[in-house]
Amino acid sequence: MNLFQQIFAWLTDPEHWRTTLGIAGIPQRVGEHLQYTGLAVLVSALIAVPLGAWIGHTGRGGTVVVGLVNSLRALPELGLVILLVLALGITYAVPALTIALVVLGVPVLLAGTYAGIRNVDRSVVDAARGMGMTEWEILLKVELPNALPLMFGALRAASLQIIATVAIAAQISLGGLGRYVIDGFAFREFDQMAAGAILIAALAIVVELVLTGVQWLVISPGLRKARTTRVKSTQQRALEPASEST
Amino acid sequence: MIEFQSVTKRYPDGTVAVDALDLAIDDGKITVLVGPSGCGKTTSLRMVNRMVEPSEGAVLIDGEDVRAQSSSGLRRGIGYVIQNAGLFPHRTVLDNVATVPVLNGANKTEARTRAAELLEVVGLDPAFAKRYPAQLSGGQQQRVGVARALAADPPVLLMDEPFSAVDPVVRDELQAELLRLQAELGKTIVFVTHDIDEAIKLGDKVAVLRVGGRLAQYDTPSALLAGPVDDFVASFVGRDRGYRALTFLPATGVPVDPVASIALGTPAATARDRLTDGWAVVVDEQNRPLGWVSDTILSTVEAEIQAGHLASGGSLHVVDAEHAGNAGSLRNALDAALSSPSGVGIAVDASGAVVGGVKADAVVAALAQARSAGEVPT
Repeated sequence: MNLFQQIFAWLTDPEHWRTTLGIAGIPQRVGEHLQYTGLAVLVSALIAVPLGAWIGHTGRGGTVVVGLVNSLRALPELGLVILLVLALGITYAVPALTIALVVLGVPVLLAGTYAGIRNVDRSVVDAARGMGMTEWEILLKVELPNALPLMFGALRAASLQIIATVAIAAQISLGGLGRYVIDGFAFREFDQMAAGAILIAALAIVVELVLTGVQWLVISPGLRKARTTRVKSTQQRALEPASEST
Repeated sequence: MIEFQSVTKRYPDGTVAVDALDLAIDDGKITVLVGPSGCGKTTSLRMVNRMVEPSEGAVLIDGEDVRAQSSSGLRRGIGYVIQNAGLFPHRTVLDNVATVPVLNGANKTEARTRAAELLEVVGLDPAFAKRYPAQLSGGQQQRVGVARALAADPPVLLMDEPFSAVDPVVRDELQAELLRLQAELGKTIVFVTHDIDEAIKLGDKVAVLRVGGRLAQYDTPSALLAGPVDDFVASFVGRDRGYRALTFLPATGVPVDPVASIALGTPAATARDRLTDGWAVVVDEQNRPLGWVSDTILSTVEAEIQAGHLASGGSLHVVDAEHAGNAGSLRNALDAALSSPSGVGIAVDASGAVVGGVKADAVVAALAQARSAGEVPT
């Protein structure tokens, strides 16, 4: 049996899909993985979206905050999570994991929100203000809806990075799909290790597809590129270079 | 009435954008602020709806300082149209137009019904209602921009270079449309442009500003062309201002002479006998002009005159035009004569049918007559 057949056999073994004798099956691991991912994405968004929107709208402190937060990207998550567990104690393993993942997610979402708002055509904002919208109305009714394509791009990027990184949860006894990778490596069971990696990749693809679907539903048809029939509007010209950079 | 009382705008770096501006803007008229870049025309406009706050002085609307109410409340009562329209890309055309009424708390369905009416008022097909701005041409977007500014029926409309980003043909259409709308609605319109031709075409009164934000001259377009106060205004209103001043003189004194006309499809031999001074206008079945034929052209035609044989005509002189910009003016008559290959300008009635021809020397004679009668402003 070659490695690919072994991996296939491992993945199709019904034993691995059941939780028996306290040994977690694949569905439970997927559930754990999604739970940590969801929590981290949610907390990241709660921090990054209001902050990015505020910086983007006022234009104040943009370079400082974005630069500062971008430097967080250089932190190694595995090191950070172990440091946090040592500092907080193993009972706070979930908060420690979440903090480490949020440090990963916030820069991406913050940059996406900030860039999305800044890229809204200034003449559109000027018109909104000139028509008598209050600053809140400008932010909520004009800037955020038009920033959504970039913000969703950032949300997808952050979710993917977090799903990939949640594998480190297993290092601090929290399970998740990383369990298979770590156990497989420890016991030299490469079929298990590869199967774990495949499951993480598959989960990432499914989440990406779901978010793409949500994005299609949430974003105004007026902002979809494919539907425009004439020369690209200034709006889209403004968005394109930025979407490549995120 | 909108009134600027010694309004100055000075920026923190010391730049003076507007310098002690005094200006009274008439109700129900189009007032154009015009001048070169850096003359403070846009800044002045934006002080009316508090997009810019004056450093000194005050802007009054109907005797009340614009700072007496909240800026957003003030702005909802003033229409605002900018270059490139600034439509909301995420909203349909209909919802763009309904924006201000909805902000004012109007029922959404009613606001949309009113918005649909407004699209027709500005000359847009109702089919555009469900489209998004990115699916519209620049000219169409600007029509939506005007409809959006009119939605809450504000008495005052501020227009900041609204037509400068569209091509000349569309610009002419939009200008004519604005004049037509204004004839119906009678809004107080403050219009900013750097294009003196646009200013003269649209303005009931024109304020020429010079760099540094000082008012150079404030007058009617005809007075501005006839009597610029100084060299700056004279050079700004342009070298051919004598010609453009003809726009304001009606062509009633210009005789319309009979002109030889030939139906399309007439045999060349028949046509040759009917030329006057070697030329004749070729017309369609409704007597509308298609072009000219001359001796020389007919000598190359063997059978009947076809569209391909014609020398293209010049501009048309609309005799009894009740609407529309420059039609029926001396400028219009002279241009028709000058641009015609035969030297005779074709005069048409409102339906576009040929009624005769006008000659350049007749226009000049009519001008001399008007001058001696004291009708030409000096």
